[in-house]
Amino acid sequence: MAIKGVLRPGFAQVRVLDMKEAIIHYRDRIGLTVVSTEADGRVYLKAYDEFDRHSIILRECDEAGIDYMSFKVDNEESLNHYEEQIRKAGFDVTPVEAGEQPGVGRRIHFTAPTGHRFDLYVQMELSNNGPMTNNPDVSQLDPTGMKAIRFDHCLLYGRDLDGTQNLFVDILGFSVSEQVIDDDTGMVIATFLTCSNKAHDLALVRHDEDGKLHHVSFLVEDWSAIRDAADIMTRYDISRDIGPTRHGITRGQTIYFFDPSGNRNEVFAGGYHFYPDNPVRIWQASSVGKAIFYYERELNDRFMTVVT
Amino acid sequence: MEKEKFQISIKGLDEKIICEEDEALLTALEKQGFAKIPVGCRKGGCGICKIKILEGEFKIGKMSIKHVSLAERKMNFSLACKTFPKSDLRLEIFKKNNKVITIRA
Ligand code: FES
Ligand SMILES: [Fe+2]
Repeated sequence: MAIKGVLRPGFAQVRVLDMKEAIIHYRDRIGLTVVSTEADGRVYLKAYDEFDRHSIILRECDEAGIDYMSFKVDNEESLNHYEEQIRKAGFDVTPVEAGEQPGVGRRIHFTAPTGHRFDLYVQMELSNNGPMTNNPDVSQLDPTGMKAIRFDHCLLYGRDLDGTQNLFVDILGFSVSEQVIDDDTGMVIATFLTCSNKAHDLALVRHDEDGKLHHVSFLVEDWSAIRDAADIMTRYDISRDIGPTRHGITRGQTIYFFDPSGNRNEVFAGGYHFYPDNPVRIWQASSVGKAIFYYERELNDRFMTVVT
Repeated sequence: MEKEKFQISIKGLDEKIICEEDEALLTALEKQGFAKIPVGCRKGGCGICKIKILEGEFKIGKMSIKHVSLAERKMNFSLACKTFPKSDLRLEIFKKNNKVITIRA
């Protein structure tokens, strides 16, 4: 099926405790470009291979975490359709005026059952630093730092995982690519959702507190790029969680690490291609170590407990 | 100039840990293989390394207010990853470190 409706993750607004340190981390270490700093203090950034104006927004605040994650939708008709369907399902939908973020058209936002705020929007200005379109070179800007290609996905933690999963599947047309289920009860502990050809665009883990961020992930090119990112982490004494390793789920190669406010980031490479006719891949909780960290074959304590 | 070194003792435990001035308590604990305190983000965001300082002088860095409120700060609650000693310290830790955990719903 051609990709229609919800196209992809568009942007995430992340709360940081110290803007100066955050900019050094996201710009100089991860390799994003600062697009603008607005009057309200929010800083807009993008990765070198993204066409649109921005993909990460940093907001200084005395509490770390995520404000919202936004998905880009193909056209106004779809946006209206989703707005109506989300309302019908009993959720409040709040309109956000065009221009609330520079270069972004009208958005709608809703709070999912896991307590996370999500946005949908259609329009964002194109960047003049995006990928070239005429006899294009590999990049217009020289990639720097960890050479993040794009903002890729988020993993979010909250209680009513089934509720949020159903909203994304039934209303927004996402597919489930993989799940971790409890061996005895069949209860879903983690679910991996895709709206595209990627193994996941959004992942959810059941957790006893709502609205939590586990990580914001950036795509890098390959296993060598993961190694180079690891070198940068050591060189600049970045707080590393785990990796380089591989996920059993998605098969992506990965490092988890933390920004200077304690928000977890990931550099992610590879992962299989998903098609909507693929069966769901299931992991029993008793094999969860391999599912999450394929080489270690066990979870570290931090995976389930450390969130912002 | 030599960095000043302080002795950190923990309620209920015999071991003493050395922490340099300008070194976060959590860094010192982690470096010296002290596995009893959980190590999370190391950046004041996740709250897992919460402690209470029972005795001694210290300063703190930026941390999420969600995990240590202003009222708690006055009562000497803090996060080990954002606490820097200015004297010998005695502290209390709250969460245990489980090296490996299994998910059970
Ligand atoms: S380790 Fe996360 S707040 Fe200290
Ligand atoms: Fe991820």
